[in-house]
Amino acid sequence: MAESSFIRAGYVPLLDSAVLIAAAHMGFAEERGVVLSLQRETSWATIRDRIGVGQFDCAHMLAPMPIAANLGLGPLPVPMLAPMVLALGGNGVTVSSAVAAKMQAAGPEDFDTAPGSAGRAFAAAVRQRAEKGEPPLKLAVVHRHSSHNYDLRYWLAASGVVPERDVEITVVPPPLMPDALAGGGIDGFCAGEPWGTIAVARGAGRIVTSRAEIWRRGPEKVLGVTKTMARDHPDALEGLILALCEAARWCADPANFETLARLLAAPDRLDVDARTLLPGLTGRLETAPGRQREIPDFMVFFGDGAARPDSDHGRWLYQQMTRWGDAPLSEEGARIAGETFSPALFDAATGAADGGASGESPGERPSGLFDTAP
Amino acid sequence: MTQPLNILLVDDNGLRASIIEEGLRDAGHANVSIVTTVAGLVKRIEALSPDVIVVDLENPNRDQLEDFFQVSRTVKRPMAMFVDRSDTAEIEAAIEAGVSAYVVDGLKKERIKPILEMAISRFNAVSRLARELADAKSELAERKSVDRAKGILMKAKKIDEDTAYKLLRRAAMNENRRIGEVAASLVSAYNLLGDA
Repeated sequence: MAESSFIRAGYVPLLDSAVLIAAAHMGFAEERGVVLSLQRETSWATIRDRIGVGQFDCAHMLAPMPIAANLGLGPLPVPMLAPMVLALGGNGVTVSSAVAAKMQAAGPEDFDTAPGSAGRAFAAAVRQRAEKGEPPLKLAVVHRHSSHNYDLRYWLAASGVVPERDVEITVVPPPLMPDALAGGGIDGFCAGEPWGTIAVARGAGRIVTSRAEIWRRGPEKVLGVTKTMARDHPDALEGLILALCEAARWCADPANFETLARLLAAPDRLDVDARTLLPGLTGRLETAPGRQREIPDFMVFFGDGAARPDSDHGRWLYQQMTRWGDAPLSEEGARIAGETFSPALFDAATGAADGGASGESPGERPSGLFDTAP
Repeated sequence: MTQPLNILLVDDNGLRASIIEEGLRDAGHANVSIVTTVAGLVKRIEALSPDVIVVDLENPNRDQLEDFFQVSRTVKRPMAMFVDRSDTAEIEAAIEAGVSAYVVDGLKKERIKPILEMAISRFNAVSRLARELADAKSELAERKSVDRAKGILMKAKKIDEDTAYKLLRRAAMNENRRIGEVAASLVSAYNLLGDA
């Protein structure tokens, strides 16, 4: 092996930064000759800025972020690639106890067992407020260019709620979500774990549906890499992808969940109680005090091609961006989004066989959406 | 004479914000406001209608602020990050220093540049002071560990202080670590053995 490569990466302290943290601290990077230097950041804006000026080679990113950068949206856009998916799913929709009670009243009793019935119950709560002339419910997401935002809107729209008209959607940093919900500043939020679990534990609300149910196995976080890094240091990037795959396999093994939770919970990483991380890892969530739900594929790090980017997913995310007015719709945009999520580098690094040609039409519906008949 | 600029500093480090405010006032900017807490930030921005907002880069509310600048109907004027995208050296210097700035579209860059430069230099000065303080503290802590480690070695090996120090230094050189680190490990190992 040639001399080791030094790679600077930024991350936001969330459960789905697990693969990067495990790679850096459990020896996976080292084994591949990569010195992975991680830096914790408090906002996606700062991740984008440090990537933009070249202080980071790569970063933990919301899946739509590299697409937004390649479309030239927002400040400091630089050409990027998403050569690996770091996590699928992992988010929940949590509403305040007051909204949950309204949804419960609208029924049925077990409305939260499927996104369809949860959506109908939520739509009923929204209609009741409108009839009484009360202001629309305020929902928070972590960032505009996030799967939280797009999945929440998809679920609302499919349930008969017009996001731009019937509710207000705002941005709140994930660690502040439970307090904002408890204090009445917001009526609900869509954020990654452990923030839903923490909100329920504090008695502030109830998890009524999840990302894994709205779009099963949809990409949540990706490794965002600058095209400059991919061009100038292909060997280092290949080593990093292999190290991250091994770390992802380790993170996905239930035998390692306890160790992983302790590793992530440290004060200089997520700085939370390790016990709050286990529900997200196991997919057994306490969705309301005393109510346990087991959600299949709640959060996926590895297995069945989870880590391999998919151009169809890139185009689908782009279509969601255009649907909600974040980007103009064009064939060029769809092409850019598909290329951003190209699996070519992943396949070259892992030696995977070509996964076959993927669809070319912009925004072809991926599998796993809740309102698609199986 | 052009209209005076409304400048808002968003920084949870109140001391740093005051230092920048002082600099801006000395440079002739009279309308400078400071927000240190996030609570009610959006309302303050609506009320102040600032031309320039300087935000510390580590502020966890930047995503919220950027979204607010983009979509809020209550912001009458669009705000963009930095003013001159072509000035990459300046943007790099700002991010290196930990400064981000949002500016009302259409403002002349000659008016913004001195404000940004002032914020960058004062942010750097504050970090330098913080670093010097941290260095001084860790140096003091290291000196304490070295003294303690010397004492342990003198007692355990029945040697004098100078010989004990040389032992520590040799171990540090062999292990390619700082003498303070070797001393600290020795002290913690000694404590662990229960003969503290």
